[in-house]
Amino acid sequence: MKIHEYQGKEILRKFGVTTPRGVPCFSVDEAVKAAETLGGKVWVVKAQIHAGGRGKGGGVKVAKSLDEVRQYAGQILGMQLVTHQTGPEGQKVRRLLIEEGADIKKEYYVAALTDRATQKVAMMASSEGGMDIEEVAHSTPEKILKVFVDPATGLTDEQALYLSNGIGVPEGSTAQAVDTLKKLYTTYMETDASLAEINPLILEGNGTIKALDAKFNFDSNALYRHPEIVEFRDLDEEDADEIEASKFDLAYISLDGNIGCLVNGAGLAMATMDTIKLFGAEPANFLDVGGGATTEKVTEAFKIMLKNPKVKGILVNIFGGIMRCDTIATGVVTAAKEVHLSVPLVVRMKGTNEEIGKQILRDSGLPIIAADTMAEAAQKIVDAVK
Amino acid sequence: MSILINKDTKVITQGITGKTGQFHTEKCQEYANGKECFVAGVNPKKAGEKILDVPIFGTVKEAAAETGATVSVIYVPPAGAAAAIWEAVEADLDLAICITEGIPVRDMLEVRNKMKKKVAAGGKETLLLGPNCPGLITPEEIKIGIMPGHIHRKGRIGVVSRSGTLTYEAVAQLTEIGLGQSSAVGIGGDPINGLKHIDVMRMFNDDPDTDAVIMIGEIGGPDEAEAAQWCKANMKKPIVGFIAGVTAPAGKRMGHAGALISGGADTADAKLAIMEECGFTVTRNPSEMAKLLKAML
Repeated sequence: MKIHEYQGKEILRKFGVTTPRGVPCFSVDEAVKAAETLGGKVWVVKAQIHAGGRGKGGGVKVAKSLDEVRQYAGQILGMQLVTHQTGPEGQKVRRLLIEEGADIKKEYYVAALTDRATQKVAMMASSEGGMDIEEVAHSTPEKILKVFVDPATGLTDEQALYLSNGIGVPEGSTAQAVDTLKKLYTTYMETDASLAEINPLILEGNGTIKALDAKFNFDSNALYRHPEIVEFRDLDEEDADEIEASKFDLAYISLDGNIGCLVNGAGLAMATMDTIKLFGAEPANFLDVGGGATTEKVTEAFKIMLKNPKVKGILVNIFGGIMRCDTIATGVVTAAKEVHLSVPLVVRMKGTNEEIGKQILRDSGLPIIAADTMAEAAQKIVDAVK
Repeated sequence: MSILINKDTKVITQGITGKTGQFHTEKCQEYANGKECFVAGVNPKKAGEKILDVPIFGTVKEAAAETGATVSVIYVPPAGAAAAIWEAVEADLDLAICITEGIPVRDMLEVRNKMKKKVAAGGKETLLLGPNCPGLITPEEIKIGIMPGHIHRKGRIGVVSRSGTLTYEAVAQLTEIGLGQSSAVGIGGDPINGLKHIDVMRMFNDDPDTDAVIMIGEIGGPDEAEAAQWCKANMKKPIVGFIAGVTAPAGKRMGHAGALISGGADTADAKLAIMEECGFTVTRNPSEMAKLLKAML
């Protein structure tokens, strides 16, 4: 689960990391008022969307007067912000963060994430803050330092010092940098984050180290123990169909093609999508109905897929293990009737009670196309939508 | 022969009194030698009772001491599953198989680091399979986990995969064209897990009763590439490889917690390329995994 920058900074402050003072706002008037309350002569008006690359897309502006705050807030609020992470359609800006200006002397990058290879927490730091870190990793990988942390010991002083010195934090600010890194690690662990990134972490003219940005991603398996983080969820930033699907315990992701797929198991679902592509078409979605493909779940899955106007055909691929094919066939027939299915439907069923399942499909009176293998199913649905 | 388990393996079920644990233990008992293999359950609140004709013990340690079991299978719900794994490790079992899906990553990080520390300090190593996996089966001898037993046949092909239903797909294809399996192993879809492709490939390589292997992977993480490099240098048996997720978009979790493209090496194309380079026969058509393998024998 992702959250907004202002929410991430709230979490960082709770764990003792220094950030600029700022106020989240939902209207232009609120933005101006926030700037007045913050005081000072320079403010930053920042679009709050979950995607990165906001600055380049025109979603971050420095205002040198209250009039400019009003002007920029008016421009940014409601805009369709396009960044390299939003896709060409962009994301509508509904929230702003008004922040006091900062005296940036140097920008660093620091982050915590889980490293699958070592099964430890990787703490990363770079002197190249403020840039796209993937770009840095690609062109100058030597400028990214990493240490691997055993959760039983936590980030040690030696490790934090190595990172701080390695990215060139001046001596007078080392203690605060070390402290910030250790607090970032603690934040990461205590909140069950899967990514905690500060880019940039800045050094101010007076030597203060501050988090100028905050990007968090949380482990959805652990949200049950963090109701305070669940409250940060912003459904406007998520795909409406994916939210709907999650209510029925369906893993759904919308894609760009025109063939809807309904599969049990994540791996088989991906393999089905891949097979559709192999036969010359593109999948409209990923949809894993999970182990218990009940009639209710299958019906909801059909409804969600068919909401997408691009869908010209549906491929159902079920490997009946514990869940028997006859049960699934009944579910598919009931669902197809309930939604008055009007696009071609190819069903491939394999496993327990396969023959009974196929008979149910044949007897349904529906124009269901049966297939024996994934490849045959893909071929048939691709032909059917041509 | 087979890898990890056979008809003489004795198994403890952790979480046997829950709905899932009970249902699948019963299915496992019904499969081949299952009645002899599943010898104990664990639930501290129901110690001394019996379920499915199996005695329930208060701890894994007691269950192992009383029954001689060396393997456990875990159906404990996510919040307590990492603790259940650690209990199996502290009881010095040979193998713990964790079926549970949805364990917080931090819990897995903590338990995996504790497990490694125990071994580094000279303690007995307990292998972990999973979590978020279907388990493993040695056909016509023993099944530990949630896979449908009837699609398997005894034979000489190894199968290893991160995905449950894709494992079944490969097994069914093999059985259909007359190739049985030595063992079929689901290593699970989580980012922090126990046995990886490389570990299972090592075991299949050393198993005199395995002639060839189907290795199935998916997007996300370095495991398939690591296994491929090892196979290039060491594997003496033919391998067919498939990676799911050529069509998966970057930055989206495709059902499995670990199926996420976060960098170039995570993509299906990158993994397929490395596997091919390392001598695997790779396919982009998952319907022909078994057919390709047969052609190589």
